[in-house]
Amino acid sequence: MTYIKEKGMKLLFFGAALVSIAAVILICVFLLASGIPAIREVGLFKFLLGTRWKPANNLYGILPMIVGSLYVTGGALLLGVPIGILTAVFLARFAPKNIYTPLKSAVNLMAGIPSVVYGFFGLVVLVPFIRETFGGRGMSVLTASLLLGLMILPTIISVSETSIRAVPESYYEGGLALGASHEKSVFFTVLPAAKSGIFAGVVLGIGRAVGETMAVMMVAGNQAVIPSSVLSGVRTLTTNIVLEMGYSTDLHREMLIGTAVVLFVFILMINLSLSLFKRRVK
Amino acid sequence: MTGYLKRKWRAYRHDPKSFFLFLSVCLAALITMLALVFIIAYILIKGIPNITPELFDSSYTTENVSLLPALINTLFITLLSLLFAVPVGIGAAIYLTEYARRGNKLISVVGITAETLSGIPSIVYGLFGSLFFVKYLGLGLSLLSGALTLSIMILPLIMRTTEEALRSVPDSYREGSFGLGAGKLRTVFSIVLPCAVPGILSGVILGIGRIVGESAALIFTAGTVAEIATSIFSSARTLSVHMYSISGEGLYLKQTYATAVVLLVVVILINGLSGFVAKKLGGRNTDG
Repeated sequence: MTYIKEKGMKLLFFGAALVSIAAVILICVFLLASGIPAIREVGLFKFLLGTRWKPANNLYGILPMIVGSLYVTGGALLLGVPIGILTAVFLARFAPKNIYTPLKSAVNLMAGIPSVVYGFFGLVVLVPFIRETFGGRGMSVLTASLLLGLMILPTIISVSETSIRAVPESYYEGGLALGASHEKSVFFTVLPAAKSGIFAGVVLGIGRAVGETMAVMMVAGNQAVIPSSVLSGVRTLTTNIVLEMGYSTDLHREMLIGTAVVLFVFILMINLSLSLFKRRVK
Repeated sequence: MTGYLKRKWRAYRHDPKSFFLFLSVCLAALITMLALVFIIAYILIKGIPNITPELFDSSYTTENVSLLPALINTLFITLLSLLFAVPVGIGAAIYLTEYARRGNKLISVVGITAETLSGIPSIVYGLFGSLFFVKYLGLGLSLLSGALTLSIMILPLIMRTTEEALRSVPDSYREGSFGLGAGKLRTVFSIVLPCAVPGILSGVILGIGRIVGESAALIFTAGTVAEIATSIFSSARTLSVHMYSISGEGLYLKQTYATAVVLLVVVILINGLSGFVAKKLGGRNTDG
């Protein structure tokens, strides 16, 4: 009796362990099976490199969305990476205890704020701000980048902080012993030693920025054309799906799934490069 | 603060580079803190005056966009998602830490898939959910479809935190239990798991936070019906989806502010709870 119970439960646990594998396979199969035939129908190059997205005229080019995603992500990194890394350095090496605790919980809370709340904040604060300072309609690459930069901060900060803390104390002490100040020792001995972990944090941040949907949709303007300046509206891969999924049918719907396939491949590439990188470091 | 800076400046008069580095680090931390304080203060100040008793009316109408139904639906969908994700996540973690031999291929494969799952954007989950649960399995736009989609989404989180918690239980506990004649199963359930509860719990709370904040994955799986769900097969919107819907219509700015406040308060409570659990119950893994 106990033997059966032991074996049975072991089998059950084994089954549970397989669920995540099954989930990944199912996601791949269902996305690819609905997306690939549609992409083939339009033609891969026309799909990826076409500059016009006009479902009504059967034009399905997602280049504007790919470029849009890249612009917005790049902008977010420009803001998020320096501030994120410097804040992580502050947390790990500079903050006195009475500043550390509130700042750390602030970072945790930032990670927990729902993206609709970020998006709404962007809509009522950032959009008017950009409109009044720089002109234009306010919903732009710049606005989306600013908001995304804020949203990826917690990811970059917590991963970077962990890796800075993992650097052996002797590196820092060695720096001090050679006559460097606290700051120089941190920046020129500890930080270079932590760079692989920091890089991992940045890559995770890229993943978050590429995948963010609702917040971007609320502030980016969503025109399906390649933006001509930082003040013009932009549509990303993710928002393209949400915007049109509700009313699309047939080929149009399948092309949206095709968009998701492209997004999925992007994310897989980011993930893969991260795990390859981690393995090389080890 | 200025006195502190002055003292620093005196110490670094001949070392402007260090002073500059110090200043930039402080500035970055200040920006991070101010950004969060500004967002929260702005939402609270604009939102609290707009919180009215009508918003907590039990039914939703176009005149009164009550948020109570959405709040209750959020609770339903959270419970339902946890019902799927927590047993599977804990079971998987138990297999990986207690049963699988070290160096087993399965451990690394599951690790890679869990990492992949946690990197997938929520809109892709939403699309998958609408293709698989809604269409293929024929569950329709329903609480069940939404909860199943979300449970896949939070599965890696629960698996990873549980795994960490189980691994931090010292081996001597297991050996002691075996020494007393307990079987594997008994050791796992009455010795190892109880020790790991705080870690598991803080993972579950983080998962709840993700469910509450999720919107993109739910629009095409659970739908946007603004009434209290009557069964797990009825379509219903959660609070996040509710906030997105009314903010898009542009007519309900005041109500959107108020909804944002409620959502924010829920998230802050969940966050505080997770920190509290990790600290008070003696969990070792405080950073999720």
